[in-house]
Amino acid sequence: MNFAQSNVYQRTLKRVGKVAYILILAVTLMIILLPGLWVFLNSLRPINEIMAKPPVWIPQSLSFDHYKAMFDPVGSGGVPVLKYFRNSLIISLSSTLIALLIGLAGGYAFARTHFKGKRHWFLGLMLTRTVPGIALSLPLFMIMAKLGIIDTHFGVILVYVALNIPFTIWLIDGFFRQIPIELSQAAQIDGCTPWQAFWKVEFPLAKSGIASAGIFAFLTCWNEFAIASQLTRSIHSKTLPVGLLDFTAEFGVNWGGMSAMAVLITIPAIILTFLVQKHLVSGLTFGAVKG
Amino acid sequence: MIDTKQKTTLLLLSPAIIVLVMVILGPLIFSLYSSFTPFKLTRPDSINQFIGFRNYVRIFGDEDFWAAFVRTIVVLTIALNLEMLLGLGLALLVNRATMAQKTLRTIMMFPMMFSPILVGFQFRFMFNDNIGVVNNALQSLGITQEAIPWLVDKYLAIFSICVAEIWNSTSVFAILILAGLMSLPKDPLEAAEVDGCTKWQTFRHVTLPYLMPFLYIAMTIRSLDIARAYDIVQIMTGGGPAQRTELLWTMIARTGYVDAKMGMANAMSYVAILLSIFFTVFFFRKLNQARHQLGVGL
Repeated sequence: MNFAQSNVYQRTLKRVGKVAYILILAVTLMIILLPGLWVFLNSLRPINEIMAKPPVWIPQSLSFDHYKAMFDPVGSGGVPVLKYFRNSLIISLSSTLIALLIGLAGGYAFARTHFKGKRHWFLGLMLTRTVPGIALSLPLFMIMAKLGIIDTHFGVILVYVALNIPFTIWLIDGFFRQIPIELSQAAQIDGCTPWQAFWKVEFPLAKSGIASAGIFAFLTCWNEFAIASQLTRSIHSKTLPVGLLDFTAEFGVNWGGMSAMAVLITIPAIILTFLVQKHLVSGLTFGAVKG
Repeated sequence: MIDTKQKTTLLLLSPAIIVLVMVILGPLIFSLYSSFTPFKLTRPDSINQFIGFRNYVRIFGDEDFWAAFVRTIVVLTIALNLEMLLGLGLALLVNRATMAQKTLRTIMMFPMMFSPILVGFQFRFMFNDNIGVVNNALQSLGITQEAIPWLVDKYLAIFSICVAEIWNSTSVFAILILAGLMSLPKDPLEAAEVDGCTKWQTFRHVTLPYLMPFLYIAMTIRSLDIARAYDIVQIMTGGGPAQRTELLWTMIARTGYVDAKMGMANAMSYVAILLSIFFTVFFFRKLNQARHQLGVGL
C-alpha cells in the first residue's frame, strides 16, 4: 500500500518535471527566436501598419515593397542599400582572401616549427585582438586622413586584414597540428620539394578547416561596425552595418526599410554560420584550450 | 640546416608581423604619443605640442569620465555574470533533451549569427516607447496604460542595453558549456551516484569543477570582444539621453570625432585598452589555473 502510493507519487513528480521542462524550453526558444522573426515580419509590413495605434497584431497585408525599394537604383528612402551591399561584399571578400593567405603562412609556421618564446608570441597575437575597435580607429583615422585613404575600400581592407590575422593564425595552426608531420616528410622522401609537399599533401587535408577559418574572417568583416563607422564616410565605401544608421538620421525612422536591410545583412551571416557550425566550438576553443 | 629552417619560419611569419605592426602596433604607439598632446582635428599643428600627462590628469578629474567608467564596469559585470548563468542554464536544458538535440543546438546558436549592430537595432525597435512591440504588448494586455520610456529613462535604458547584450552573447557561453557537458566523463558521475550523492551535490562537486575551464574559455573569448557593446549602445541610445547611457567606448567616440579632441580621446582609449587587457589576462590566468587543478590535458 505504502509502496504503491510512493510509486504513484514518484511517477506524478516525474510527469510534472517533464511538463515544467518542456514549458521552460518552449519559453527559452521563444525568447531566442522571436526578436529576429519580429524584424523579418516587419520587413514585410507597410509602414502605416507598423506605426498603427492601437497596434495591429494580425498582419493585414504583407508585401515585398521594402525589399523592392531597397534594390531600386535610388535606394530605399534615399539610402543606397545596393551600393552599400556592393561595398560590403568587396571589402569582406578581399580582406578575407588576403587574411587567409597571410594566416596560412603564419599558422603553418606556428604549427610546424619551434622557435623561442612561441607561447609569448601567441599570447601577443591574442592581445592585439583585445584593443577595442573604437580605440584603434582614432589613430587609424588620423594616419589615414593624412595619407588620403579615408573613405576608400583599400583603407578598410587593410584594417580588416590586420583584424583577422590573429584569429586566422590561431585557427589554422590548430588545423595543421592535427595533420601528422610524417605525411609531409614521407612526401619529401619520395622526391617532393617542401613547397610541393605542402600544396599536394598537407593543404588538401587542412582544406575544410581553412575554409571555415575563411568564413569566420568573412563574418568578422561583414559585421564590423566600430572601425568602419569612422573610416567610411560616404557612398564610396560605407558598408551595410554603417549604412543601417543612415535610416536613423532621417526625420522619421523608416522601420520597415530598416528591417528589410537588417534581413539583408543577416541572411548571408546565418547561412555562413550554419556552414561552420561544427567548427564553431573547436574554432572558439582552439588555442584557448591548447594554449 | 637549422639556420634555413629558422629563415623559413621568419619568412612565413613576416607578412603577418608586418601587417600587424603597420595597422595595429604602429598606430597604437602613435595614439599613445598623441595622448600626450592637445591634438585637435581642427588644429593640425597641435600634434607637435607636448603637454605631458595633462590629458590624463584632466580625465581622472572628470566626473563624466568616472561615471562612464563605473557604468562600463557595472554593465560588464552584470552582463557577463548573467550571460554565464543563463548560458549554463541553457546548456543544461539542451543537454537534457532526448529528441532533436541537434536542432536545439542550432537554435541555441541563433543569436550569435547576428552582428551587435543588428541586435541593437532589433531591441531599439522592440523597446521603442511609441511603436515598440514591448510597450504595445503591455498596453494591449492592460498591464500599463502609459508608454514606458525604455530607452529614455536612465535606468531603463541601461536595462534595455543589458538585455540586448545578454541576448546576443549568452549563446557563446551556452555553446562552450555544452561542449564541456558533452565531453564530461561518465565514471565520476556514476561513482558519485553510487556513493549516494544527491543530484545537486553531484552537480556542485563533480560537474561544475569539470566545467570551470570551459566557463573561463568562454569568459576569455567574451573579454576579447567586450568592446562590441559599443555597437549596441551606439545604435540603441547613442550614449544618450544626455550621456546617461554613455560607456567608455561611446565616450571615446564622442570626444574624438564629435568634439574633435583627438589627444584627449586617445588618453581615454588607453584606459579602455588597459581595461580590456586586464579582463583578458585575468580570465586567461583563471583558465590556466582551472586546467592545472583538473590535471587533465584538456
